[in-house]
Amino acid sequence: MYGFLIGVGVLLIFSIVWMVYRIQTLVSVVKGSDKKIASGSNKVNAILFIVFLVGTGILMFWYSIKEFDNYQLPVASEHGVVTDSLFWWTMAITGIVFLITHVLLFIFPYKYRYSEKRKASFYPDNNKLEIIWTIVPAFVLAGLVISGWVAWSDITAPAPENAHTVEIMGYQFAWEVRYPGKDNVLGDYDYRLITATNSHGIDFNDKNAIDDFSSPVVVIPKGEPVLFKIRARDVLHSVFAPHMRLKMDAVPGMPTRFWFVPTKTTAEMREETGNPEFNYEIACTEICGNGHFSMRKVIEVVEPEEYQKWYAEQKSFIQLNPALADGLSAETKELAEIQLSEK
Amino acid sequence: MSTASVANHDAAHDHHEHEHHDNFVTKYIFSQDHKMIAKQYLVTGMFWALLGGFLSILFRLQLGFPEMNMSFLRPILGGWIDETGHLDPTFYLALVTMHGTIMVFFVLTAGLSGTFSNFLIPLQIGARDMASGFMNMVSYWLFFLSGVIMFISLFLKTGPASGGWVVYPPLSALEQAIPGSGLGMTLWLVAMTFFIASSLMGGINYITTVINLRTKGMSFSKLPLTIWAFFLTAVIGLLSFPVLFAAALLLVFDRSFGTSFYLSDIYIGGEALPNTGGSPVLYQHLFWFLGHPEVYIVLLPALGITSEVIATNSRKPIFGYKAMIISLLGITVLSFVVWAHHMFVSGMNPFLGSIFMFLTLIIAVPSAVKVFNYLTTLWRGNLIFTPAMLFSIGLVSFFISGGLTGIFLGNSAIDIQLHDTYFVVAHFHLVMGSASFFGMIAGVYHWFPKMFGRMMDAKLGYIHFWITFVGVYMVFFPMHYIGIAGFPRRYYSWTNFEFANMYTDLNMFVSAAAIVTFAAQFIFLFNFFYSMYKGRKATLNPWRSNTLEWTTPIEPGHGNWPGEIPSVYRWPYDYSKPGAEEDFIPQTVPLSATPESNLPHEQELVKVELEIMKEEEDVLVSNETGH
Repeated sequence: MYGFLIGVGVLLIFSIVWMVYRIQTLVSVVKGSDKKIASGSNKVNAILFIVFLVGTGILMFWYSIKEFDNYQLPVASEHGVVTDSLFWWTMAITGIVFLITHVLLFIFPYKYRYSEKRKASFYPDNNKLEIIWTIVPAFVLAGLVISGWVAWSDITAPAPENAHTVEIMGYQFAWEVRYPGKDNVLGDYDYRLITATNSHGIDFNDKNAIDDFSSPVVVIPKGEPVLFKIRARDVLHSVFAPHMRLKMDAVPGMPTRFWFVPTKTTAEMREETGNPEFNYEIACTEICGNGHFSMRKVIEVVEPEEYQKWYAEQKSFIQLNPALADGLSAETKELAEIQLSEK
Repeated sequence: MSTASVANHDAAHDHHEHEHHDNFVTKYIFSQDHKMIAKQYLVTGMFWALLGGFLSILFRLQLGFPEMNMSFLRPILGGWIDETGHLDPTFYLALVTMHGTIMVFFVLTAGLSGTFSNFLIPLQIGARDMASGFMNMVSYWLFFLSGVIMFISLFLKTGPASGGWVVYPPLSALEQAIPGSGLGMTLWLVAMTFFIASSLMGGINYITTVINLRTKGMSFSKLPLTIWAFFLTAVIGLLSFPVLFAAALLLVFDRSFGTSFYLSDIYIGGEALPNTGGSPVLYQHLFWFLGHPEVYIVLLPALGITSEVIATNSRKPIFGYKAMIISLLGITVLSFVVWAHHMFVSGMNPFLGSIFMFLTLIIAVPSAVKVFNYLTTLWRGNLIFTPAMLFSIGLVSFFISGGLTGIFLGNSAIDIQLHDTYFVVAHFHLVMGSASFFGMIAGVYHWFPKMFGRMMDAKLGYIHFWITFVGVYMVFFPMHYIGIAGFPRRYYSWTNFEFANMYTDLNMFVSAAAIVTFAAQFIFLFNFFYSMYKGRKATLNPWRSNTLEWTTPIEPGHGNWPGEIPSVYRWPYDYSKPGAEEDFIPQTVPLSATPESNLPHEQELVKVELEIMKEEEDVLVSNETGH
């Protein structure tokens, strides 16, 4: 029944629109306005451009100011402060250009709308003007590029020696984390060694692997350089930590990296945002399959002392699952046993 | 005038040559007439635009109203709506992928270039048809075939390709990774192969025609900017599409023949694959070597159309004709050396990132020049707001808005945060999606009288424009905020993340605006098909334009001009020339006929012109006596 009523309603609306359309066509034929070069609609359209300019302009400023704290995520890394300032500088410069060009673009239609009494100016070129508006944008862009390049070079420079290494591996559809353990060196891995119990494919024949450990959350110290070593097990993923202004693809077969210095602990951020539930998060930003939207990992930034303490307390893969040491060479096994006995 | 005598001569002879006895099949289906092929492209493009738009409405429903019960869509989507009435997350990705593929390739490449390059190149340069009418026909039918294959892939049980329109391997290479990478992806690759063949055939034809078949007097410096744009678009396509073909071919090898071009160290579905040594980044390089020029393949024709429409309806010459050509050339060349700005965080060498950041921001300069030139063309014009003019102004607005956000994304340091967020979605939908779409619509409104001999209704055009213009901004402008907030692309839902668990209201608004904008396109469709049969009869030159196509009969037959092809004596932008009686002087009017409005340097050209005309007349006379 409802369907029928809606159908009738739609039909009615269509027939009314149809009638109006026919009537206005006939009227314009009778009035002869369809013969004129520009009818009354010309002025209406010209005015609508001004209405659009003012209306959307107000809407844009109102919303941008009102929502500022919502869309501007608090920043929690050293380089993030730099890229944010670059972002807002670019916003200021492009914003001015945006406003000027749009004001002109929408005022000209009003100001220069058709009039039979006027003739357009024949103004085919002006080389001086062309040169000005080639060179000025070129210089402005050069400024932006150079500041961006300086920041980019710093961000992508090799990590400092004392950086804390964390390995992040993406797979469908989660992240796994590995720390290098006491020796600060991650052990070798090989994707052919992956099993149900060795999801990282760690090669425990490598001595460096013996003290490697995993963690359900990424724990990192505040104020010290942290190096994310990023890899993927199956398809492309991308590590995105929005508050850290950090993003790097995880590529199967090609390890990538990104280092940064976190500047606020999770506790400090909870205070700053007034949200006791706040957590730093990692999301995936490279389409990877059905669960692409659910690859969440929490980052916990703590004070360096707390970090040292936490780090020392962690149990290695082998400690948690001694069976992993089965079938290792005698020498490595010895090391593993020493570690196990330390427990 | 001597042109008249030239035109009369050989008229009967010529007419005979081009008189075809068309039956239905050769006239409407396997036509070799560039105008009919253009219309075929246009109608096919409209079909795909409608389908592509509809797919976007489906996923906007999911994003704007995640709680909604979508059971009412089950008659169309069947099993992709689960028992609880929700959209299947796998199918969501398929929708996003197919929306992108369809819009970029089928609508804005084939629908735009295919329609207007075909329609306008012979008409505006003064040619009877394309260099090869047969190849032109094959080009359309390969495109059609490609479309049929892509369309079939939508109905597969495992769904169409779902790895995003860029189909990055390994996701697109491994069936285990996502169901759409099975048969759906195979069909995607087959369809794209035909598509590439189609656009190459088209492109070769456009280039050859522009170079070889220009009428007498139509030098490159007298070509309308539309033709310059179509010409350079074809050049870009010719150089870049083969690389996509190479990328796709290697992907086929990886998928079906066990090679490892893009695959390495993969453990999936409980087993380690044997592939080693490949690089997924290699695919990205190859893909974007087409992918970025593709942006300009989509955009340049729209800019060309806009230049023509804005000049005509401002009753003013386009400002800086030469600068416009130089910037088109600049964009063409630079479009090949900026591709890796899509890959700043792909893991490629950061030094490469620096290089591509420099090159990318250079390409902003010619784009800026174009914008300033459009603005100056409007300045002190005598503007007539035909629907085509409105859409062209809309295009300039989108080109500015989307172009400026490109400056953020082209800066690798800023791109770290913005890459693959909704900021990117907003950026390219404005600058290439909506801008090109508006160019296409402007072209349809402007050249409809030439296509069908009737006028589209202007009032409906105004309504269509204002709803669409406001609608597009309401859809894409809010995405900047969502993007700055870090919302990632291609997400089925954002509620899993605290940082993105907001803006449900804004997403709802965007979806509602998308539905309204989509609905408004039916006004256009009605106007289009109704006017085709019932529209007001067009006059010979309804926009009082200078270019050659308006010198053909109202409904030109195959061969375009019944008599001799007119010669060209001046550039196409002599609008409102001081001293001239009318506010336009068509390209076919010799300078010698308009001494009152000639500029000093043109006055000198008159002498040369008269000499050439005299020579020609002598040749004609001697020919005639020789018969």
